[in-house]
Amino acid sequence: MGETPFVFPNDPNVTWSIMIVLYPYITGLVSGAFVVAALYHVFRQEVLEPVARLALVTALCFCAFATLPLLLHLHHPERAFNIMFTPSATSAMSVFGFIYNFYMLLLVVQVWLVFRPEIVERANSCSGAVGLFYRVLALGIREISDGARRIDAWVIRLLAMIGIPASCVLSGYVGFLFGAVKANPWWSTALMPVVFLASSLASGIAAIIVLYLFLCWRRRVRPDAECVRALSRYLWGSLIVAVSLEMLELVHMAYESGAQWHVISTLLTEHLVVSYGIVQVLIGSVCPFFLLMISTRPQLPARAMTWLSGLAGVLVLVQVLAMRWNIVVGGQLFSKSFRGFVEYPLHWGGREGLIAAAVILALPLLALWVAGKVLPLWPSKEA
Amino acid sequence: MTHQTDDTNGTSEAETLRSRRHFLEKVATITFGTMTLTLFPGWSGSDEESSGSDGEKPSNDDQPPVFGYLVDTRKCVGTGKCLTACRVENDVPDGCHRTWVERYVHFKDGTVQVDLVPETGYADSDMAAINPDDVERAYFVPKNCNHCEDAPCNQVCPVHASFTSPEGVTLIDDERCIGCAYCVQACPYGVRFINPVTETADKCTWCYHRIMRSEAPACVEACPVGARIFGRLDDPNSEISRRIAKFPTHVLKEHLGTRPTTRYIGISGEVT
Repeated sequence: MGETPFVFPNDPNVTWSIMIVLYPYITGLVSGAFVVAALYHVFRQEVLEPVARLALVTALCFCAFATLPLLLHLHHPERAFNIMFTPSATSAMSVFGFIYNFYMLLLVVQVWLVFRPEIVERANSCSGAVGLFYRVLALGIREISDGARRIDAWVIRLLAMIGIPASCVLSGYVGFLFGAVKANPWWSTALMPVVFLASSLASGIAAIIVLYLFLCWRRRVRPDAECVRALSRYLWGSLIVAVSLEMLELVHMAYESGAQWHVISTLLTEHLVVSYGIVQVLIGSVCPFFLLMISTRPQLPARAMTWLSGLAGVLVLVQVLAMRWNIVVGGQLFSKSFRGFVEYPLHWGGREGLIAAAVILALPLLALWVAGKVLPLWPSKEA
Repeated sequence: MTHQTDDTNGTSEAETLRSRRHFLEKVATITFGTMTLTLFPGWSGSDEESSGSDGEKPSNDDQPPVFGYLVDTRKCVGTGKCLTACRVENDVPDGCHRTWVERYVHFKDGTVQVDLVPETGYADSDMAAINPDDVERAYFVPKNCNHCEDAPCNQVCPVHASFTSPEGVTLIDDERCIGCAYCVQACPYGVRFINPVTETADKCTWCYHRIMRSEAPACVEACPVGARIFGRLDDPNSEISRRIAKFPTHVLKEHLGTRPTTRYIGISGEVT
């Protein structure tokens, strides 16, 4: 029995734009980067020492801008704080305000503690405006004796331990935001939070690999091969878990062939062929899988391993961005009549255009560059 | 009943909602019940069959009325008058729809065609011409907010801007709405949209400002064939209660558990 296309009259527009694609993407980068830092601080993965500080500051820089795409998306951004002032306990979106703020606070405190010795040293040694700046950063606490540092280390570890489940909640919650929308068969699955969590880890680790290699190149410093190799292993593992879950979700939908499977299969085979089939699966999942499989081989020369890992990192970042796109935008390409599809005209300009999206992605990197000028991102032996 | 659109009568909808919202927050339900006695001096009416609105006096006046909405698809002929009435009454911007009418055509070869009835009505419209000999059956389905008892739009609203009134009407406080459009995503029926003028979520309110004055929603009043019926479900003698008791009714997307209060006579499973 055939059907002619029909779209509900209020459905022609994709309501959640590229900004809502960026929001879970940036949140995922925050969670994944934090976990890299936590692997060093909590699980004593000393091999990750060269990137531990970078990972923590990267998480903070991205976290600082995680809400910006949401603000740009809101039709009444001036009322954004209503989410905190008049929150609804039944709304997943409302809960985000509290989770985000808790996580941001945790990150700020942890970054401050990690960099406190250097801040105090500079506050003591520098004069003029620079000295004043570091004295303000020190918050009047100049004690950096061995005893004080031991206490700092203990608190840092404690915060990192709290931060691990917090980052899981942060990224898993973003998945829940979509997974709990029962009106949308492409979103409504219990696996969604787990899929977001796994891909968040992959994207965060990939971001740290790419940033580390890029900054080493900029500083004309040879990257720590063992660190990169370890990160590649973590990336490989998290990519395998993330992609397996994504595929499981799809296979489950296909095998179950529920009432709306015809819509989803048409979505994938006709509307998301490039962004899903080619970018997310082929370029973003299959290619980095093999690249990382090769790069994690111990006998591979360091230079080749570094290149392969960097390339895989870039591809995984593309994969996760494509995955966010396919979920967020893909889920709005079909009408709730389940009889027709709509287009998403992506514009360059405007509050929710491509240029604004590029600026949002650039701002955390700019913040990281500034942070690198103010705080020592590298271990003292390397600096 | 008269179709009132002037400012004096109309106490703009926003104003009504604001005061209602404030009222709901401050006053206990029992006090509200007392208030409604004043607001509903009587539900007298004599033309309920043609206008589709209830005329019976409620039996239990100490409680807020429980409203319901019934669509008798057997009667709808796609005049589109309800669409125009809604747009005029509620100042709905072009391109947005608080209500619409779908045409379902089942062909003998098994094909189902669904399309939209224009506001000018089905007759003399440019809707695709169909050879009657090819048609197995066809009917019109008016749509608007289902005012669900377990409304997912209310559930996801992060700031309590979307809520259900004591009378069972799902409403939006446009002074609270932040325009995140989560409710638009959560509504399974596609009835919500972001109003380009107010930049807030918008949808059918059953003409709340009218029904609280004992008038029928504009679409109900405008329907020349009584296909849209509005009234009190808590009154067993109301037109809507009698029709629901008499004919089998269905709700849309029942499997989602939203418990819509808008019911349909004469539709089958293909209507989404």
